Amino acid sequence: MNDTYELHGGETHIEVHKFLPGAVVGATLLSLVLQRMLPVYFPKLEIFDLPLLVTIYFGLSRRNPSTGLVLGMIIGLMQDSLSGPTVPLGEYGIAKTIIGYLASSIGSRLDTEHPVARFALVGGFFCVHQGILVLVRRLLLAEAEPWFNLHLAIAALVNAVLGVFLFVLFDRLRKGS
Amino acid sequence: MVGIPSRHKSLALLGGVLLLQVLMLAVQVKRDSRGRLLRVWTVTAVTPFEKGGAWGFGRIRDVWDHYFALRGATQQNEALRQENDSLKLTISQLQSKAAEADRLAALLDFKKTHEKVPMVMARVIGASAGTASRTVEIDRGERDGIRRNMGVITPDGAVGKIIEVFRDNAQVLLLSDKEGGAGAMLVNSRIQSPVKGTGEPMLSMTYVAADDTVVPGEKIVTSGMDKIFPRDVPVGTVAEVKQGNPFKQIRVTPAAKLDRLEEVIVLLTQQPVGFKGEAEAQNDIPAAQSSAPAAAPAAEKP
Repeated sequence: MNDTYELHGGETHIEVHKFLPGAVVGATLLSLVLQRMLPVYFPKLEIFDLPLLVTIYFGLSRRNPSTGLVLGMIIGLMQDSLSGPTVPLGEYGIAKTIIGYLASSIGSRLDTEHPVARFALVGGFFCVHQGILVLVRRLLLAEAEPWFNLHLAIAALVNAVLGVFLFVLFDRLRKGS
Repeated sequence: MVGIPSRHKSLALLGGVLLLQVLMLAVQVKRDSRGRLLRVWTVTAVTPFEKGGAWGFGRIRDVWDHYFALRGATQQNEALRQENDSLKLTISQLQSKAAEADRLAALLDFKKTHEKVPMVMARVIGASAGTASRTVEIDRGERDGIRRNMGVITPDGAVGKIIEVFRDNAQVLLLSDKEGGAGAMLVNSRIQSPVKGTGEPMLSMTYVAADDTVVPGEKIVTSGMDKIFPRDVPVGTVAEVKQGNPFKQIRVTPAAKLDRLEEVIVLLTQQPVGFKGEAEAQNDIPAAQSSAPAAAPAAEKP
């Protein structure tokens, strides 16, 4: 069985990557654990959204919208579960489901291996993710929430930079890399 | 029969999954239930990794601290050797001892001075998985006698309350969470009013009438009216007062370091704790002159 195969759309050839056994589960669990642990020791690292980066990376790499949205949903619901009872199940779940779907759909149309493309995509997805969260809180939970502020702009930038480096590490989890 | 294109299949799946989650949200809002089963599964799956991670972090920090302590001691030894060998040794030993678990010593000291108050010391092993809430996870649970709505403090002051309890761990809703808070009162004027979280590092004191006098720097303690904290646990200090109608807008700096919690104390009772200095401060204060609405129960959802 090939480690990668190609999607043929017109004249474009885009590789679909496969990963080492347990890589997706391991990366998901590690991102959730670190997301909760790091702020205890380094409060400023609360700005990272590691589960979102995992959702985006595997969505872009697997390039299958169905698996992308299911992975996003699982990560989102786990993040909801770990955020305490004040966060209802589904808040992050909905946002990450959509991000998983969008990342997979975009991944099957564009080459997303270049660092600049990854930087732009992660920054963009962070903003979309935040927009969906605010929409859910405003429309479904009737909570007042700002659409965007300076803190979120910095967070988008920081996560985009982190994504570029983290994705290089994740690339090593690919079969045959 | 015509097959459904895969793009339509995934769109249909997306629609179904989103609809399912929206319905799940609606059920939780309507019934005020929070899907405890799924939370228990997830927390149970993740907690062992967190405990292992917390242990690993502790070891790494110990090695780090001891390396630098040792390097400092060596430099001191070099300087002191010329003066007095025995003095050098004494200093090195004292430095080494001083570096050992300062925070734990403070907690133990606090516990010793309040031996009659049932309390459990706990280590913080995790924080909230997102920025939507401000909670921390501690390594004590039902087996240690912890129950929901118990107060959580540090020697500096109030931290929050227990909102979820599992067998070996529990979740604490911090005062700074948007749904966190405590019944409180101003130490000097004895005005009672809830202190609520804002989702940011600062807290806010609500329901203090516009014509009451509140000055920045005034201490705030718990009122004991929320049935969570005993009276007179430090909550914070007034940082900023703005005129408002009908209530003042008061921003409060928390007494406890809510963004740097590593060990906390869970109060197993509402028995008064008696923080240093607070009791004496209150003995000097004239009789209560409250004019605000009686301290509401902590502005929190269960």
